[in-house]
Amino acid sequence: MKPPPFAYHAPATVGEALDDLAGLGDEGKVLAGGQSLIPLLNMRLAAPAALVDINGVAGLDRIDVAAAVTVAATARHTALERHARALAACPLLGQALRHVAHPVVRNRGTVCGSIAHADPAGELTAVLAVLDGTVRVERAGAAPREIAADEFFVAPLESVLTPGDLVTAVSFPRMHPQAGSAFVEIARRHGDYALCGIAAVVDLDGQGAVSAARVGAISIHPTPLVVDCGEVLTGRPPDDADALRAAGELVDAASAPGGDLHADVAYRRQLTRVLTARALSAAADHARTRTQEAA
Amino acid sequence: MSARVPADQELDLTLRVNGTARQVRVPARRLLSDALRHDLELTGTHVGCEHGVCGCCTVLLDGEPVRSCLMFAVSVRDHEVTTVEGLTPDGGDLHPIQRAFQECHGLQCGFCTPGFLMSVTGMLAGNPTPDRDEIVEGISGNLCRCTGYQNIIAAVERAVELSAAVDGDGMSRADAGERAPGRTRPPTPYGAAGPQVPGTARDGTAEERPS
Repeated sequence: MKPPPFAYHAPATVGEALDDLAGLGDEGKVLAGGQSLIPLLNMRLAAPAALVDINGVAGLDRIDVAAAVTVAATARHTALERHARALAACPLLGQALRHVAHPVVRNRGTVCGSIAHADPAGELTAVLAVLDGTVRVERAGAAPREIAADEFFVAPLESVLTPGDLVTAVSFPRMHPQAGSAFVEIARRHGDYALCGIAAVVDLDGQGAVSAARVGAISIHPTPLVVDCGEVLTGRPPDDADALRAAGELVDAASAPGGDLHADVAYRRQLTRVLTARALSAAADHARTRTQEAA
Repeated sequence: MSARVPADQELDLTLRVNGTARQVRVPARRLLSDALRHDLELTGTHVGCEHGVCGCCTVLLDGEPVRSCLMFAVSVRDHEVTTVEGLTPDGGDLHPIQRAFQECHGLQCGFCTPGFLMSVTGMLAGNPTPDRDEIVEGISGNLCRCTGYQNIIAAVERAVELSAAVDGDGMSRADAGERAPGRTRPPTPYGAAGPQVPGTARDGTAEERPS
C-alpha cells in the first residue's frame, strides 16, 4: 500500500508544466488534488514513471464568475463550495458538490481533477454536461482548446485528453436567473459512489408551466448522460405525475447501465426513473423559489 | 522544464509541523502519513486503510482537515501541518474536543480517535455551532468500528459547549485551537491565516444521510 517510485516534477508556471508533460509523453501524469490518483498509486493500480505536481503553479487556484463560473486547475471543491457568487450564478454546483465524497476529501480534491478523471460516477461530470460546459485544455506549442463537455467524455475514466495535455480550467455556464436545479442521488453510504445520480435543470414560463427541462445522469451510462426532457414536459405543470413518469422513462431508455454487486441493471433502471422524477420536481420547486426571489 | 527529482533520489525537505520546522530526507513518493509517523515519529496520526476511506490519518493542512495518506510529504513544503499532538502543544491540559470525547465516551479502542479529533477541529473552526445534521456530515468521512457513532456525535455537541464556556469566561487561553463563538474561521493553531469564510446557504433539496 505504498506508491511505486516516480520522478517528481514541480513546475512553477503553466508553461513549465506543459513542457514537462510534453517531454514525458505517456510516462507523465498530472498530480493536482490526488484524491483519485493517490489511492490508485497506493493500490498499485497505476504506476506512472513521473508525476507533474501542479500544486505549486501560481494562479491556478482561481475561480472567476462572469458569463460562466470558471474554475482553474488547482481550485479545491471546498473553495468552490464556499464561493457565494459562483454558487449564486450556478446553484447546481453547490447542490452537486455536497455529494462529492466527504468534506475532508473535498478540502484537497480539485474540480478540474474530477472532470479530467472522467469517472462515470463523478457528480461534477453530469453538472458540466447538463449545463453545456467546456473544458480548457492546453499543451506545449499549441493554442489552448475549449472542448465542449459532450465531446470531452469518451468512456469510463477516459476523455479526449492525450499525453501532454493539461486541463487548466473548466467553465460552467451561468444558469438563467429563473431556472431551477436539483441534484439527487442514491449511494450505499453518504459520500460513497452513487448507484444513480440525477442533475436536473428546469425553466418555467410566466404561467408556471415547464418551458425547458434537461437532465444529466451519472452511474447509469459509460459517460455522463444528458437527456432533454422538453418533449414530455414542455407546457405541463411541473407536478404533472404522468409527465414526470414519462421523463423518467425517457432517461431510462437513453441509458446503458451496467450491473454490479451493489446494484443490478434492473435496480439501476428503477432508480433512474424514480430519481429523474424527483430531481425534475425539486428543480421546478427551486425555479419557483428563484423566480420569487428575483421578483 | 521544471526542477526534476529522479525516482530513486531522496529530497531534503523542511516541513512545518505543529509550529516547528522539521527536516526530513525522503523520496518523493513518501506519503505525508508515513513522513509524520516514521520520519518524524509523530505516531499519533494513525494509518488505517491507506486509500482515503477510513479517515484515521486526518491532519490539518493550513487549518483544513485532509487525508495525510492521500498526500505526498513533498507537496506540503510551504504549508502548516497540525497533527493530533499539536492539539496540546505544550503537553498541558487536553484540548476541549479531547475532553469532550473523554467525558462522553466518544472512543473505545481509540484507533480512529486522532482522525475524528482532527476532522472535528476543522469542522468547528469553520462552524463553531453545528447542528446535528452538520455534525453527521462533518464526521461522515471518518469510520469508527467500536462506538456506533452516537457517543461521538454527543462528544462533538459537548465540545461545542466546552469551547463556548472556555471562551466565554473571559480567560484568554494560550493554547491555540480554542474557538471563539461568532468567529467563523479563526486563525489556524499556529498562526497561518485560515481560508475564506463559507458564505453560502445550503439549498433546500432533500438528502439521504446515514442513520
